[in-house]
Amino acid sequence: MTTTVVKEARRSSPARPDGARARRSRRRGRVIALLFALPALLLLGALVVYPVLFSIGRSLFDASGDTFVGGENYAEMFRDPTTLKAIRNTAIWVVVAPTLLTGLGLILAVLVEKIRWATAFKLLLFMPMAVSFLAAGIIFRLAYDEDPDKGVLNAAVVSIHDAFDEGSEYPTARARDGQGLNQQKDGSYVTGSPVSPGSATALSLVGVAPKDLPADARPAQQAAAQEAGADEVRGVVYLDFTPGGGGKPGVVDSRESGLPGMRVEAVQGGKTVASTTTAADGSFRFTGLKDGSYTLKLPKENFEQPYDGISWLGPTLVTPAIIGAYLWIWTGFAMVLIGAGLSTLPRDALEAARMDGANEWQIFRKITVPLLAPVLTVVFVTLVINVMKVFDLVYIIAPGPVQEDATVLATQMWLVSFGGGNNQGLGSALGVLLLLLVIPAMVFNVRRFRRSQR
Amino acid sequence: MKTIRRGLSSAVVQAFLVVIGLVWMTPLAGLFLSSLRSAEDTAKGGWWTVFTDPGQLSFDNYSALLDNSGMTQAFWNTVLISVPATVLVVVIAALAGYAFAWLDFPGRDSVFLVVVALLVVPVQIGLLPVAKLFGQLGLFGTIPGVVLFHVAYGLPFAVFLLRNYFAEIPKEMLEAARMDGGSEWRIFTRLVLPVGRPAIASLAIFQFLWVWNDMLVALLFADSSSQPLTVALQSQIRQFGSNIDVLAPGAFLSLVIPVVVFFAFQRHFVQGVMAGSVK
Repeated sequence: MTTTVVKEARRSSPARPDGARARRSRRRGRVIALLFALPALLLLGALVVYPVLFSIGRSLFDASGDTFVGGENYAEMFRDPTTLKAIRNTAIWVVVAPTLLTGLGLILAVLVEKIRWATAFKLLLFMPMAVSFLAAGIIFRLAYDEDPDKGVLNAAVVSIHDAFDEGSEYPTARARDGQGLNQQKDGSYVTGSPVSPGSATALSLVGVAPKDLPADARPAQQAAAQEAGADEVRGVVYLDFTPGGGGKPGVVDSRESGLPGMRVEAVQGGKTVASTTTAADGSFRFTGLKDGSYTLKLPKENFEQPYDGISWLGPTLVTPAIIGAYLWIWTGFAMVLIGAGLSTLPRDALEAARMDGANEWQIFRKITVPLLAPVLTVVFVTLVINVMKVFDLVYIIAPGPVQEDATVLATQMWLVSFGGGNNQGLGSALGVLLLLLVIPAMVFNVRRFRRSQR
Repeated sequence: MKTIRRGLSSAVVQAFLVVIGLVWMTPLAGLFLSSLRSAEDTAKGGWWTVFTDPGQLSFDNYSALLDNSGMTQAFWNTVLISVPATVLVVVIAALAGYAFAWLDFPGRDSVFLVVVALLVVPVQIGLLPVAKLFGQLGLFGTIPGVVLFHVAYGLPFAVFLLRNYFAEIPKEMLEAARMDGGSEWRIFTRLVLPVGRPAIASLAIFQFLWVWNDMLVALLFADSSSQPLTVALQSQIRQFGSNIDVLAPGAFLSLVIPVVVFFAFQRHFVQGVMAGSVK
């Protein structure tokens, strides 16, 4: 420090600059300064400032660019149904995605502090930020495939669904006409003639391919031959089809199989009074039924089509599905940023609260969240800016036919200007709208950034 | 009792985070395994079938990709676009950042404010006018055109970041160097650049990533001979199912380099992305 001062004193004394020289050196300094700044200023002027002005001007002209139409393109935005849809979808994106991300980021940032492998976890969640939207789009096109045999999401959904609701064994089974079973409107079958205790019935079905039979299915003939006790209704449900041919319709032939696991109900006066499930040989029996006449019913659950998951990329769910892909990319970002804020919180405030017997949830709600509010706002606003401009992900994930249902401002701007719409007037107006929407969030962010720099 | 409860809740937290971690890894694992399977196998069943039938796995898709001259060309185009676009942004922004921080010229601070204001300009608004301009200059559809566009739209943030970082350099340091008779150029290369290295590294990583992963700009400005990997893959997406043997390895190839950069420069990467998120 002292040496500098000494040097300064020594240097400036002999120079004793006269006016002309000082002016010249100042001018030289300015020229040098401009040379440093010039490349940036030229590029910004030609490729950013001029285009903004051009676009604003162009948005006041019609599609061909010859006729001045004033605000007509801006009015058109709110009339054209597809563009209106884009504005609505962008609004959904801007509300839903930053909210979910900030919430998820907050929860994970708090939880991750409690584990030893926090660094590895943060790296793992942050990594998708390195992946392009295009690659993420391809990844999620794969994951969202509607066929549960191909798309991992539907595979998971179907297996969870089937764990709770096993699904039917015989979606293809049906009764042959005129063999005693009548199909009802809801898909169930009932016996045409009533049964009463002491009788046995054989219920014949067809339409099950031998390879689709459950592995434990056994021939039904023996069970069908058994007599019913005085107080029981018994019978078999069997597949009325002899492999290789030769069986008689309506008769339980020796090689015909029972249909195990079939639900059978005894119905009296429209009410189900008893129900059971068939055994491996297709037999069932109801005991202890009061005298009277009953109908046997094979309820519709036996014949339901298998559940095959959710149509993620259909018109209704496509936007939530793409937001899901966006969450995969950005959650790590929210978590790391909030985590950084978390590490600056005063430890003693938290400790004091713990000493006073506050539980984790109270600390989280009453101390952590309020103290983190500024950081949460920054994360939210930053995400709003980025979400507003989302393009690639929508463009890639939404399949052609539902592109219109998923469209957002940025994709709409592209489609209108370059992708067949070829209306550069409207396209420019959409670009200007995008600019106007981003401005408030950006002003907030730049202010914050400048404060943090001081 | 309390310790038992705390241990239990920590186990629950661990389990929850393990599940989240698995969920986060699954899509990427799915892409990788899909990239090792034939299109016919993919049409028949999901990638998880490889766990019961690992015979499906092979590098055939990758060797086919390397024999596909369109795709290898696209890969090189990506390199030829992202490297110059990164270097140019860093150099031009560092020069301007130094000027805005430490050199005197008329209207300096108001010009800097305009540069900061340009942060709000979304890429979309520049597409049409710049396309027209490039058309007249013969740059439309060329790699230099794509690079120039990326440089211009990377500059506001880059200048903003570097000027703020350079402004933190202690005044005495610069004045001492000036007193020693160093020219501005010398001071810039010998003092400012070395001191600004952390900010420059974060900026370079952020910009590289931004350009490498871009699809929108290249979709408009690159023709079929100058298109990067993202655009080349995008053009195959219409027949998603039947092209999966190209799309999956291509997408994996395109994300390998950014992910390697990520793991190699974790700290700068995170800082760069954080700072760049104001964009």
